[in-house]
Amino acid sequence: MTNSWTDIRNTDLVIVMGGNAAEAHPCGFKWVTEAKAHRGAKLIVVDPRFTRTAAVSDYYAHIRPGSDIVFLMATINWMIQNDKVQWEYVKNFTNAAFIVKDEFGWSEGLFSGYDAEKRDYDKSSWEYVVGEDGFAQVDMTLSHPRCVWNLLKEHVSRYTPELVEQVCGTPRDRFLHIAGMIGECSAPDKTMTSMYALGWTQHSKGSQNIRGMAMLQLILGNIGVRGGGMNALRGHSNIQGLTDVGLMSNLIPGYLNMPTEKDSDWATYMSKKGFKPLRPGQTSYWQNYQKFMVSFLKAMWGDAATAGNDWAFDYLPKLDVANYDILRMFEMMDKGQVNLYFCQGFNPLLSFPNRGKLTSALSKLKLLVVMDPLETETAHFWENHGEHNDVDTASIQTEVIELPTTSFAEDDGSLVNSGRWMQWHWAAGTPPGQAQRDTWIMSGIFNRVKKLYQDEGGPFPDAILNLTWNYADPHEPSAEELAKELNGRALEDVYDLKDPTKLLAAKGKQVANFSQLRDDGSTMAGCWIFSGSWNEDGNMMARRDNADPDETGAYLGWTYAWPMNRRILYNRASADMQGKPWDPTRKLIEWNGEKWTGYDVPDISPTAKPEEVGPFIMNPEGTSRLFTRGMMRDGPFPTHMEPFESPIANVFNPELRGNPVARVFADDLAQFATSDEFPFVATSYRLTEHFHYWTKHNRINSALQPEFFVELSAELAAEKGIEKGGWVRVWSKRGSVKAKALVTGRIKPMQCGDKTVHCIGIPLHWGFMGAARKGWGPNSLTPFVGDANVETPEFKAFLVNIEPIKGEAVS
Amino acid sequence: MTTDPNLDSPRTAVSNPPIQPMPVNLGPGDVVRASAMPDLPAPTRELTPVAKLIDVSKCIGCKACQSACAEWNDTHPEIGFNTGSYQNPADLSDQMFTLMRFNEYENPETGDFEWLIRKDGCMHCEDPGCLKACPAPGAIVQYSNGIVDFISDNCIGCGYCVTGCPFDIPRISPTQHVSKKCTLCSDRVAVGQGPACAKACPTQAIVFGTKEDMVTHANARVEDLKSRGYDKAGIYDPQGVGGTHVFYVLQHADKPQLYSNLPADPKISGVVESWKGVTKTVGLAAIGLAAVGSVLHGLLSRGNRVTAEDDREAKELVEPSLPAQDKEA
Amino acid sequence: MNIDLSRRGFLRLAGAGVAATSLGAMGFGGAEAAEQAHVRAFKLASTTETRNTCTYCSVACGILIYSKGDLAAGETAEIVHIEGDADHPTNRGSLCPKGAALKDTVHSQTRLTQPRIRRPGSDKFEEITWEEALDKIARALKDDRDANLIQKNEAGVTVNRWTSTGFLAASATTNETAWLTYKVVRSMGIVGFDNQARV
Repeated sequence: MTNSWTDIRNTDLVIVMGGNAAEAHPCGFKWVTEAKAHRGAKLIVVDPRFTRTAAVSDYYAHIRPGSDIVFLMATINWMIQNDKVQWEYVKNFTNAAFIVKDEFGWSEGLFSGYDAEKRDYDKSSWEYVVGEDGFAQVDMTLSHPRCVWNLLKEHVSRYTPELVEQVCGTPRDRFLHIAGMIGECSAPDKTMTSMYALGWTQHSKGSQNIRGMAMLQLILGNIGVRGGGMNALRGHSNIQGLTDVGLMSNLIPGYLNMPTEKDSDWATYMSKKGFKPLRPGQTSYWQNYQKFMVSFLKAMWGDAATAGNDWAFDYLPKLDVANYDILRMFEMMDKGQVNLYFCQGFNPLLSFPNRGKLTSALSKLKLLVVMDPLETETAHFWENHGEHNDVDTASIQTEVIELPTTSFAEDDGSLVNSGRWMQWHWAAGTPPGQAQRDTWIMSGIFNRVKKLYQDEGGPFPDAILNLTWNYADPHEPSAEELAKELNGRALEDVYDLKDPTKLLAAKGKQVANFSQLRDDGSTMAGCWIFSGSWNEDGNMMARRDNADPDETGAYLGWTYAWPMNRRILYNRASADMQGKPWDPTRKLIEWNGEKWTGYDVPDISPTAKPEEVGPFIMNPEGTSRLFTRGMMRDGPFPTHMEPFESPIANVFNPELRGNPVARVFADDLAQFATSDEFPFVATSYRLTEHFHYWTKHNRINSALQPEFFVELSAELAAEKGIEKGGWVRVWSKRGSVKAKALVTGRIKPMQCGDKTVHCIGIPLHWGFMGAARKGWGPNSLTPFVGDANVETPEFKAFLVNIEPIKGEAVS
Repeated sequence: MTTDPNLDSPRTAVSNPPIQPMPVNLGPGDVVRASAMPDLPAPTRELTPVAKLIDVSKCIGCKACQSACAEWNDTHPEIGFNTGSYQNPADLSDQMFTLMRFNEYENPETGDFEWLIRKDGCMHCEDPGCLKACPAPGAIVQYSNGIVDFISDNCIGCGYCVTGCPFDIPRISPTQHVSKKCTLCSDRVAVGQGPACAKACPTQAIVFGTKEDMVTHANARVEDLKSRGYDKAGIYDPQGVGGTHVFYVLQHADKPQLYSNLPADPKISGVVESWKGVTKTVGLAAIGLAAVGSVLHGLLSRGNRVTAEDDREAKELVEPSLPAQDKEA
Repeated sequence: MNIDLSRRGFLRLAGAGVAATSLGAMGFGGAEAAEQAHVRAFKLASTTETRNTCTYCSVACGILIYSKGDLAAGETAEIVHIEGDADHPTNRGSLCPKGAALKDTVHSQTRLTQPRIRRPGSDKFEEITWEEALDKIARALKDDRDANLIQKNEAGVTVNRWTSTGFLAASATTNETAWLTYKVVRSMGIVGFDNQARV
């Protein structure tokens, strides 16, 4: 989220598209109902199904799964055609004025530089024209034909209301009504908020879906303001924190990047992190990269990380591919290239695509270690559960160790919510049986491995032997010790860079925030963006002042929000070029002639003059980007791409299948189906009564939604002879499931050109362990392919078939 | 947030419960009516009437109320089946005191599809049919704050309350043989807290406070709905049962039946009147009790006498033309 | 046993229909026989309240956990109830159907309580001790790393990469657990490292 849950109360219009906030985030959705009740805000829902969010909406439109980019680009086109643009914002706060290279272009669904062999783009043409002064060239009048604005105008001109009707199946009048409602929010004193989740991410072009809405929000001037923003609702309680701390193949804590083989040494690695400003006088905050990186390496390896060994840069593994993401790991596992696999509170057998392949892959491991509070399907993948898990147990040679862990109620520590609030919690209960904290288990594993290397030696033991481990109890570091490491401390006295006589942090003291981190080895910090969360003032994450002066929804005294306790990112953009709020009734910060003041921590240097420094300080442009240059693999603008399995050919280029640069493994390509064989579009989702695969272990949630079902329209049910509450079989090219049929008016057939598209909804909460009735998840059916940029699997649009079957009678 | 000790009834459900031992602020002295008890002492004080307002237009059908209800009341709703609906468990039970009922509606006037989701459960009638029908002394009581509560220790599990309820709410436990329903969390109200469902409700579709405050709030909600094009939005606080202490805001108040058959004009069943009338024996038999011997008269005469003052009211309320038995499950 | 319970017990034995008639026959006066009106004893009295955060989605609702026994005071603590924290700015005491039932996830019948191992080809888990489990895991890690760590690539660049072991971390763990996990996994050279954010 750029904003916070409590900020949603400030909005005038909520658009829920690519998510289902009322069902997946009910208590956050509270703030939508507050905005409706107290500001007269309106709620728009665009979804293939009439969801429980739609049930309380002011306006609903259906859309064919996987066609969102068409809808979004058409909305942008409508804004441009109807002059619903926040012009001062667009000119000054976006890269609309930047001139793009002549070589850049688009035709037949592809941008310049496409290489079909490599399934990749040569992105060198997707770049600004840079002058001899080293700065990008701009035309503030937006008249230059190669400026971003004019390229965008041309790009979206193809996306008409008629194309929306043809590709999305959304009736033209519904689309136009929504465009009109959105258009009102281009006024400086009106804001719209976008609430989205996995309905946008789980596509082979998920990142571009989100880009599309972000661009629309910039054009409306809705980023950085109260009641606006791009608000990723996010999944687990600490999915934001795990991303922040970088527990991903390609990440280092604080959104630093893992080195690749091309980063052959420290100097080469750092040479790519220069981030020189692209316009005069801009901040480009990532110029501090080296301070954060050195502080991280010092946190990892302490005294063993020195200037002499490039801060132990070689202790870090280097990637030879972009990602060893989960899809790749299961592909490798299935090829016999993985021997050991750990699942720490993760149930991949139900949460990754093509369950048949997952079972096959897990069966090839030597050892699977599962750490979890609950019995997971993954830990029991070898166990025969009849039709629900029909495996040949005796033939599976994988050894499985299942370790009982504590739950949230038995553990201390902090979690980061979607609004970046870091909230501390306290253990309340005694763990059951021999359950142990993950920190105890990870320490037990690490200390043993370290001892084996001490005793036996082995290849490159340095990174293990020198890992910082100076905890009071080496067998169970405390949450407090670890939180303090994340915040960072001074290893030597740290002085003000502008005033070398001014001591900022004495040796051994916690740093106040990341402005005190240094690249000379005098500081350490596990995760620079968390700096400030536990400093010499104590545990800021445990603060509980819920005062909210003038009811802005900021709650600055409640716990701690990274970065710097800032509640709305890019909040400098809430004020105009003179530093006055766009909407005085929704002031966030303002320039008082000397500095920025207001309700939030300014997202800019407090003394940066409004007419000089741009609000998007993390970008070297100082502006946001409508054109993303070469930063995304599949294009600097979103372009329509069909799902890999689609009933309709790409309207721009029928030869294109799915995302033309998404990674596809050969075996999986052979398992993609066409609509001749599998005529119906399926989409998967959560239900409000359940949380993923956990609450089927809970007797109450199991009572509230006891049994696996699929949803389909009355029209399709009639066509197939399917009865309400009857049994159906749903199958794809990869698997088959059996479910109860929920026949509903909430799903309607969609007319896409001359084709009628039926959609089948498949919720994801059932498996073969726990208290609820045994069932299947959609992942028995889904294709093994991910988003081209981040490899999030395409769970939201694929092809299936359906038929009624006989099953045991409903009692 | 703790309760103001000077308040006789809680004003909100949005507060954190106490953990220190608290005096119970709801007891025998607050009872204004009790089933089959003629000589009930007059209440020692008059509590401010409370109410739970359910704003259907804000309800997202998430079932947090069901979940919170089961947790607070330590019930065990059954893990049933999917019968082609979101409604689970399939019905109210002695283990599930409240239930989201889902109805799909194609609005012919607007052409829009609507999903009308109503939280069902005890309405806590001002004139409770269950209490009037109940033959067991003190098994059903009404407190001066409006809560109608079942005192299980006095319940004989006969099922008259089910028959007497115009909303088909109470359910007889097949194992404990007592009647069960929503208590409006009388144990929470007694220590200054609101009901568990109202506290849990994510969108504050369920709110709790004094009846007066809730009516004011409901009127404001109706105005908001009218501004959004729901011309027939209104309050459902049926006067046929004297008004209720659980009441609704409906988008289509002119058509309550749209909300999973919410009765348009609920009244106490004619059966209740008939067994309290002259032909007591016949009335009792009609409800299905095995009537035996002369002792029956003794019981009924006492039961009848107990609620004599209510009886006049009931006779006025119950339409003679009502079908004799339209509620029996 | 008070008189009322015995009366009910008798009535239950007699059956509802007869019982109702017998009530009068036995001479119980209604008001005298009935248990006085009362509400259920408030079940949170004399419990310990602990502030926590809901473990499910990233709205991160504030919750209050009520226990018998005070863990912070070194006692054994049994969780008896969980509800929303009305002081929390986001949820203001509300909870969704998952959050409202958190207690029954903590006390789920399928909570794990004992380390277990499933041997190759076996059709069951067997209990093992923590020592055995952790020793076995450490040995397997050491052996696989020794065999498969890639120290340099073909161009001679130091890469220290280990791809034959992978680790999925959990996005419901704390930042502190995540950081310790990060340190352990990365220091060994593991690159097949992800969490649910990938989904």
